[in-house]
Amino acid sequence: MAEVKISEYSVENIVKSFGGAKALSNVSMSVSGGEVHCLAGENGSGKSTLIKIMSGVHAPDSGLIRLADKEFSELSPREAVREGIQVIFQDFSLLPNLSVAENIALPTYIFENSKMISKRQTKKIATEALNLIGVDINVNSSVSDISIASKQLVAIARATNLGVKMLFMDEPTTALTRKEINRLFTVVNQLKKRGVATVFVSHKIDEIQEVCNTITVLRNGEVVADGLMKDFDPQSISKAMTGQDVSTTRIAPALKVDEKRVIEVKQLTSKPTFTDISFSVAPGEILGVTGLLGSGRTELAEAIFGKYPVDSGEVIVNGTKIHLNSSKDALAAGIGYVPPDRLTQGLFLDQSILRNLVAVGIDQYKNRWGQLSQKNLSSAGGKWISDLKIKTNNSNNPVTSLSGGNQQRVVLAKWFAINPHLMILNGPTVGVDVGSKREILEIIRDRAKNGMAFLVVSDDIPELIQICHRILVIKNGKISKEFSESELSESALYKELN
Amino acid sequence: MNIKKLLRRNETVLIFAIIIFSLVIGSKSPEFFTLANLFDILRSSFVQLLFALGVLIVIISGGIDVSFPIVGIFSGYTAVIIMQKLELNPESLLIPIVLAVLIGIALGGFNAIAIAGFGIPTLITTLGTAGIFRGVMLSFIGASFISDIPIGLDKFSTSDLIKFESDAGTLVRLHILVIPVTIITVLVALLLSRTIFGRSVYALGGGAEPTRRLGISVKRTQAKIYMLVGGLSGLAGILYVSLQRKANPYDLAGSELDVIAAVVLGGASIMGGYGTVFGTVLGVLFINMIKNNLVLLGVSSSWQRAAVGVLLVIGITIQAISENRKNKRQKSASDSEVA
Repeated sequence: MAEVKISEYSVENIVKSFGGAKALSNVSMSVSGGEVHCLAGENGSGKSTLIKIMSGVHAPDSGLIRLADKEFSELSPREAVREGIQVIFQDFSLLPNLSVAENIALPTYIFENSKMISKRQTKKIATEALNLIGVDINVNSSVSDISIASKQLVAIARATNLGVKMLFMDEPTTALTRKEINRLFTVVNQLKKRGVATVFVSHKIDEIQEVCNTITVLRNGEVVADGLMKDFDPQSISKAMTGQDVSTTRIAPALKVDEKRVIEVKQLTSKPTFTDISFSVAPGEILGVTGLLGSGRTELAEAIFGKYPVDSGEVIVNGTKIHLNSSKDALAAGIGYVPPDRLTQGLFLDQSILRNLVAVGIDQYKNRWGQLSQKNLSSAGGKWISDLKIKTNNSNNPVTSLSGGNQQRVVLAKWFAINPHLMILNGPTVGVDVGSKREILEIIRDRAKNGMAFLVVSDDIPELIQICHRILVIKNGKISKEFSESELSESALYKELN
Repeated sequence: MNIKKLLRRNETVLIFAIIIFSLVIGSKSPEFFTLANLFDILRSSFVQLLFALGVLIVIISGGIDVSFPIVGIFSGYTAVIIMQKLELNPESLLIPIVLAVLIGIALGGFNAIAIAGFGIPTLITTLGTAGIFRGVMLSFIGASFISDIPIGLDKFSTSDLIKFESDAGTLVRLHILVIPVTIITVLVALLLSRTIFGRSVYALGGGAEPTRRLGISVKRTQAKIYMLVGGLSGLAGILYVSLQRKANPYDLAGSELDVIAAVVLGGASIMGGYGTVFGTVLGVLFINMIKNNLVLLGVSSSWQRAAVGVLLVIGITIQAISENRKNKRQKSASDSEVA
């Protein structure tokens, strides 16, 4: 077999500062064609800065970018595309109002400086691009009508179509189910075979290990570890990322035997999404609910909080039946709900940290004339910031200035402030890095110790096992199995899920 | 495309609305179903359609322009003044049209500089420039009514493609403008569907950031859009002057309601990203049909504006409701796709 020349794509001693803050200091990384390289690091470690330098958004202060046999001191966005560098952003950068075909083909036209567009040519370009990565999606559908997983594949098809040689994927699995992740990995392997150098940015250690050959770990803008993936194990990766040992042992607190039930759900049904769901949660108990996307787990969580329409069944909170289909009643009965999409549903993004913290229980901060007391507000805010270790030096900063993990703490604090009997957490650690993730689980544990009951909905099995007393697996809208504390094991749960 | 999807389209709904409204008016007043009335509706639609095509482009791109009526009358009025002051060939039809279009493009250029250059929101920009343009026109160009417009323009107002006397003795006339306006409409439709610029307009309406990442220059696209709208408005303005056979600088103000209502009823999303030329044509015809014929139903003309306002609100409400439905459908669709 003829020797194929494998191209190297590398950065050497990249330095980049913003204002006074150093985002990257002396970062070097090398990826060869046909390799899947993992770029790991917590939020703020410099991953996105590095991606932006490679895609031509930022110019480095010093250092060298080497692409195959060319050298650059900096890249313009156009040069980056010409040299075959493509980035799949977390939001995919697709246009929801245009068709799949146009989303894939438009950049090709623009790159070729065409002035006209033909429908047939557009479809041809798109179909070929999708075939190339072995994916079958109707090119005529509007992007707003396809699933998140399909959107991602469309974004990949678009990148490959522009002659991608080096592909960055920024946390590509965040919103995907296990099945969809498998499909994504098949596509990644496809790219690998075609000699594309793929850089996979992710927090999820099990996935990184599954798909990547090599790894670079960044911390505070420096490379703290790199090498072959097989030389790393989950502990050493998270240690490199956080700089400390992060334990993944179970931390669910011991459960006192208690006949009392915070919530009893009886035969809750909302056809066709879920049917006949019954369970109960004791004070201080953490009940996990898992299932594939589309199994009805999210809708079930929303239904208990009165946000998803229910046909029949009962929800009893502390012995009292509550009205279904009313968030107001659920709230009054002491149920709190944290949605998975904290950016759009859980936070007031353009407001300060303090205002977000006090938003849910705003009534309790009134002074005797019924006006909001600034003093009460800031003392309550300060208490939550220290209780939940939210990292900020000024609670009047916008909530967007916080990292993902800290934002999630704000969301939790907001709800803890009204001291609910049952907290429903839907995907509590989505988009949160390893170190923060553990800390959030610890926050949940501490509250549970004080008697708060939790319903944690998640597709992150290791996380559920760390924190939950029991786990329900939902399949096609029904509880397919309940795992008691002694039965909890990753392999058994994965087996039940798929 | 399946039947269900076809029925859900805005254009289909509008066609049904037009048919139902025609039947209602027609049953009350037989004059409605005459060729004369149809041609009247067309005649009153020409100018509005040209304005509407420009507004359609802006709305698809996610912006809004409320300066177009002023740009129109500014261009038309100024072109007439220039013709008179410079004593240009009064027989010519082409010279005033070219002048008006150029003035319109220049005024659109001001909007383009503010919007693309300085990133000022489109509504605020055009609201501001509308005031500026009007002030400049009234204080520096002229504030008086001109009834003796150049002969070429004057003659054009009575250039009919079809002209005959009906059995009932009324004069049936179809203005020659039906040809050029049809051509321009088709050209705008092709521009929007077949050119990279047209698709960039849709892309921009879908989101500025993803558009930029596609490699499209957002600023350049915006600049082209507002200059194009300026040019179309200039053309509409001079044709208005010609059809009215007078140049009144106080005219057209307030016509943005009718035009924007027509475009929105035609299915263009006020949030940007969606809209078709066909829908806009139907929207303009529908609005004019209602305005011209409410009188036949015994509704006083002072209610016309209110009626158009109601239609605008209904149009936007329908959009909001179908958007909600779509979100729900999408949620269940993406769930079933993976299941």
